[in-house]
Amino acid sequence: MLKYTLIPLLPFISFLINILFGRNYIKDKAHWIAVPAVAGSFILAVSAFFDVLGGHDVNVNIYSWIVSGDFNVSVGFLIDQLSAIMLIVVTSISTLIFIYSIGYMHGDPGYYRFFAYLSLFVFSMLMLVMGNNFLVMYFGWEAVGLCSYFLIGFWFHKKSASDAGKKAFIVNRFGDFGFGLGVILIYLTFGSLEFMQVFDKAGSIAGQTINILGNDVNLITLICLLLFCGAVGKSAQLPLHVWLPDAMEGPTPVSALIHAATMVTAGVFMVARCNPLFSMSPVAMNTVAITGGLTAIFAATIALVQNDIKRVIAYSTVSQLGYMFLALGVGAYSAGIFHLYTHAYFKALLFLGSGSVIHALHHAGHHDEQNMQKMGGLKKYMPITYKVFILATLSITGIPFFSGFFSKDEILWRAYQGGDLGKFLWLLAALAALLTAFYSWRLIFLTFHGTFRGSHEHEHHIHESPPVITVPLMFLAFGAVFAGYVGIPPIFLEHGDRIGEFLAPVLGHPAGHGTHAEEIFVILVSIAVAVLGWMVAYNMYIKNTGLPQKLQDRFAPVHKLLFNKYYIDELYSKTLVQPMLKASDKIILGFDTYIIEGIVNGVPNLIGAFGRKFREVQTGMLSNYALVMAIGAVCIVGIWVFLK
Amino acid sequence: MVPLSWYIVLSAVMFSIGVFGFLARRNLLIIFISIELMLNSVNISLVAFSHYLQSMRGQILVFFVITVAAAEAAIGLAILIAYYKNNPTIKVDEINLLKG
Amino acid sequence: MEDIIYNQLGYSILSWTVFLPVLGALLLLFISNAGAVRWTTLAFTVANFFVAFPLLQHFDKTTHKMQFVEKVPWIPSWGINYFVGIDGISILFIFLTTILSVLCVLVSWKSIASKVKEFHIAILILEAAMLGVFASLDFFLFYIFWEAMLIPMFLIIGVWGGQNRLYATIKFFLYTLVGSVLMLVGIVVLYFAGGNTLDILALSNMHAQFPFQLQFWLFLAFFAAFAVKVPMFPVHTWLPDAHTEAPTAGSVILAGVLIKMGAYGFLRFSMPMLPDATKFFMGPIMVLSVIAIIYGALVCFAQKDFKRLIAYSSVSHMGYVTLGLFALNTQGVEGGILQMLNHGIITGAMFLMIGIIYERTHTRVIADYGGFAGLVPWFAGLFMILTFASVGLPATNGFIGEFLIMFGAFKANKILGVFAATGIILGAGYMLWLYQRIFFQDANPDYEASGHHPVRDLDLREVLTLVPLFVFVFWIGFYPNTFLEYMHASVEHLIQQMELTAVAGNENMIAKYIMEIF
Repeated sequence: MLKYTLIPLLPFISFLINILFGRNYIKDKAHWIAVPAVAGSFILAVSAFFDVLGGHDVNVNIYSWIVSGDFNVSVGFLIDQLSAIMLIVVTSISTLIFIYSIGYMHGDPGYYRFFAYLSLFVFSMLMLVMGNNFLVMYFGWEAVGLCSYFLIGFWFHKKSASDAGKKAFIVNRFGDFGFGLGVILIYLTFGSLEFMQVFDKAGSIAGQTINILGNDVNLITLICLLLFCGAVGKSAQLPLHVWLPDAMEGPTPVSALIHAATMVTAGVFMVARCNPLFSMSPVAMNTVAITGGLTAIFAATIALVQNDIKRVIAYSTVSQLGYMFLALGVGAYSAGIFHLYTHAYFKALLFLGSGSVIHALHHAGHHDEQNMQKMGGLKKYMPITYKVFILATLSITGIPFFSGFFSKDEILWRAYQGGDLGKFLWLLAALAALLTAFYSWRLIFLTFHGTFRGSHEHEHHIHESPPVITVPLMFLAFGAVFAGYVGIPPIFLEHGDRIGEFLAPVLGHPAGHGTHAEEIFVILVSIAVAVLGWMVAYNMYIKNTGLPQKLQDRFAPVHKLLFNKYYIDELYSKTLVQPMLKASDKIILGFDTYIIEGIVNGVPNLIGAFGRKFREVQTGMLSNYALVMAIGAVCIVGIWVFLK
Repeated sequence: MVPLSWYIVLSAVMFSIGVFGFLARRNLLIIFISIELMLNSVNISLVAFSHYLQSMRGQILVFFVITVAAAEAAIGLAILIAYYKNNPTIKVDEINLLKG
Repeated sequence: MEDIIYNQLGYSILSWTVFLPVLGALLLLFISNAGAVRWTTLAFTVANFFVAFPLLQHFDKTTHKMQFVEKVPWIPSWGINYFVGIDGISILFIFLTTILSVLCVLVSWKSIASKVKEFHIAILILEAAMLGVFASLDFFLFYIFWEAMLIPMFLIIGVWGGQNRLYATIKFFLYTLVGSVLMLVGIVVLYFAGGNTLDILALSNMHAQFPFQLQFWLFLAFFAAFAVKVPMFPVHTWLPDAHTEAPTAGSVILAGVLIKMGAYGFLRFSMPMLPDATKFFMGPIMVLSVIAIIYGALVCFAQKDFKRLIAYSSVSHMGYVTLGLFALNTQGVEGGILQMLNHGIITGAMFLMIGIIYERTHTRVIADYGGFAGLVPWFAGLFMILTFASVGLPATNGFIGEFLIMFGAFKANKILGVFAATGIILGAGYMLWLYQRIFFQDANPDYEASGHHPVRDLDLREVLTLVPLFVFVFWIGFYPNTFLEYMHASVEHLIQQMELTAVAGNENMIAKYIMEIF
């Protein structure tokens, strides 16, 4: 019991110590508190994992959080197969990234602050994962968003950074709007927010409808779609993906931890957690699958032409998250979680590798340190980084026997089995895999191959990053290569899909029916697209380096559209943000100042105007008053006499 | 024996003179005297009625009126003097502080 | 049947609580040294907090009955008593008032330099009047306290306020007075309708006798007073002016306690005494509340003045409060009450902080700020907490209140619940934008250490002023039950009272009556 509480509590204590005493006392020793704390969490998480493996699930309420009438929610933990996997992913990657940050953030004036926020993030993420009810999850959900806001805007003097942080938080709020309503609707429907109780009762409300503005809406579909709103925001799916690329303003370890490996996968985790609800609603499932599929291909196309090394990886993350949703949407929950798990390693590795490159260039005095067009030929200066980068790329592109291959192939195979819609989504996903392979290799070739395109002065000073950076990279590389071996398709190895079987009690078995021949075909296709992507990239960026420019000129409008990310940001700005600001300034404030205030000040002014007219009666002439008085007296007496 | 109507006529004449003086004259002092005249005309009629009706009520009322008149004259003259010290005039058409 | 528990402590604790500040004010008359005045006032406000503290300790949470009651005939021929007592609804406000008063004295330590004695007398009288409003159980007594609050507040804004203080203070006074006068009419009508009594409890138990027609008009009369105080859309425009011009202590009291009076009035009078009318007006008021939430938030985007923005955000937050109260279910009402407390804490603390930074920069124009996170990191960190409490982030008090309100509202009316939830997006928008413009980006060179007016971070007095409120931000965020427990019984009773009156056929009667009006 205490053990499970300590898992999130250790990072929280680290946060408190660092934020309170970091500025004046701890300063550049902040990692001495943060790293042991998160490593401690990792060890406890591993122990919890083995507990679950030994059949000891935990579902316990710690204390009662909000009680109001018949509304009663506790803070409690649920540690089952799903959260155990998440715990391992979150704590292991966090530990490595904390260590990496010691080197990467060295000398930053906000060093202590960085570790404080990272610790808070780990706490929040663990709460999100471990919560046993929707409200605790919501707590973690919002808290990771908060940390993301802090860390994206870590260099707050940069306007772009603080803008990006704000944007991330607000865009996420759009999703949370739906998530929050979903949570309320769940309580009103089931009378509880605890996962187990809700899922137990889920069957009883099948087919129920709820009347909204005269339309009967299927209750379970509505709940699922509202929840999915939250996932769309947090996991940067269409149409709320806009915040994630901007989030790259944050320090690179943040991009790796929060915006690749853990936080952005919270949406996937949430949908997987709620699989008993989603499974009951085909509409919701299809929405999830289609959103995922479209996002996968959409983000991949943007990644093709970006020049900022981190943005390419960011769009790649959006695209890979799309894969995960696609898997969830076709009912292959464990495949989605499997991909989440492998993706965490190879994507964190890609980010940290790019961080290593940026770090090296930055220390060499290179100013445009994230622009790949200004890199090149780094292979010989940064051999370790180059090698791990290659491993991560082999993994993400789905080359056999690297971890990404197993998980991606699982998704493609499950999609292929899913009827007509599934076939279509499979096609989308395969195409996205082709694009993934292309842009991933493009990144490698532009960065590490060819000749250095910056100044010679800078080139001299480039050297490999220190071990505190490269050692975590090697550990992650190990994960990027071997993490997938827990999910070998049964076609290769009987009972090879260990992770799927492990997760089956929570996520169920996907109802698959396909022949071996088909499965081989799917695997061959995915290998083929991976190789094809590499070949195209090799042709364009190694052999025939003039080709990209020619293509760019030939298809200028397409290139412009992709380079500007389909103008989605501009669209939102023009249709949502600007009109709202304008409306609030002109219409609403005008209404307030002129109409309401007009009435409020108008009434006294009117009275005043009357007063000014009436006061002319007061002539100041005593005799006038007396005359009026006398006439008045005569009139009154006259009336009195007359009435008598 | 003077009949009652004579008193009433006298009273009415005095009252009218008072009213006329009050309305027509511009000198504040004269206006005061006109007010006194009006009050005293009322007093005369009250005393006459009192005598006619053989009731003391009228005369009691007269004492009140005299008292009030005295107080009023005292305050009024005080205000007059105070005002005169600031603005050396007692013509009412030049005293128009209350003009709206 | 008796709905009251007489003073269980054996001494008149409520009278002491209410009148101790008056004693302090009297004492201040004989002190002329400004420092001594400050220390005396501080001593009295702190003492008052401790005098009131046994109320929390000895409060019986299991009953809805009025507790610590004192009842002494005052004007027997009119049936007027000196009648005070508290229940689960008012106790938290007594507590909030005593805390905020202490903080107000602390924050005025340096910022009030002229007419120090008069200022502190006004603060003490104001405290007494506010406590009196929450404690009174007799309409006559209540009305006296209600109006008595206005005078010191009027003076605080009008004498110690900013540039445009006269306009603001007269506007504030007239606005509230128009409402209160209508309420006075309502009270007089109730007096006769209820059989010549001004006893609030007796009137609350008598609701069944009041025909709908009477309730309808009485509700409107009370609504006028309370809606202005809350303030609800569209009678909110006094609030931004009053807040902007008021000195810090005035803003804190205004935001923290005064505007809670309106919502308190709904709870104490409109709902139990006029339940049919309350149910009838539930829909329109919820709509007005949602309008206030969205409208207040949108206006915030257009503000250029720091303090004015927070004032408009109060309109939005109070919209949540009235939305919760008029959802007329347990979660909504409890959320509404808790949110009143939260708003007092959060916005109170925000005004304190604005006052603190204003003392250093002498500007409230947002555009003059920037980069303050680097200049005053502790200040920035604390303001960050408030910002997120204000946008309702879980683990802060704002979340608990907003969530319960949203829950209640959604339960009562789904569409309005959805619209109200858009407030969480807008709220995040304007608060984060404000935070960015003040604390992030490039610093205004004037305020840097090398500039003309270098700003310094919080000192000990300021930290002491702020810390108590931050304790509550997290206390309520992590364990709201401490506070919710106090109100359960009373709110449950209130809801029951409302439900009992749903007499069959009432709707027909209401419909008929509405037809008659139009």
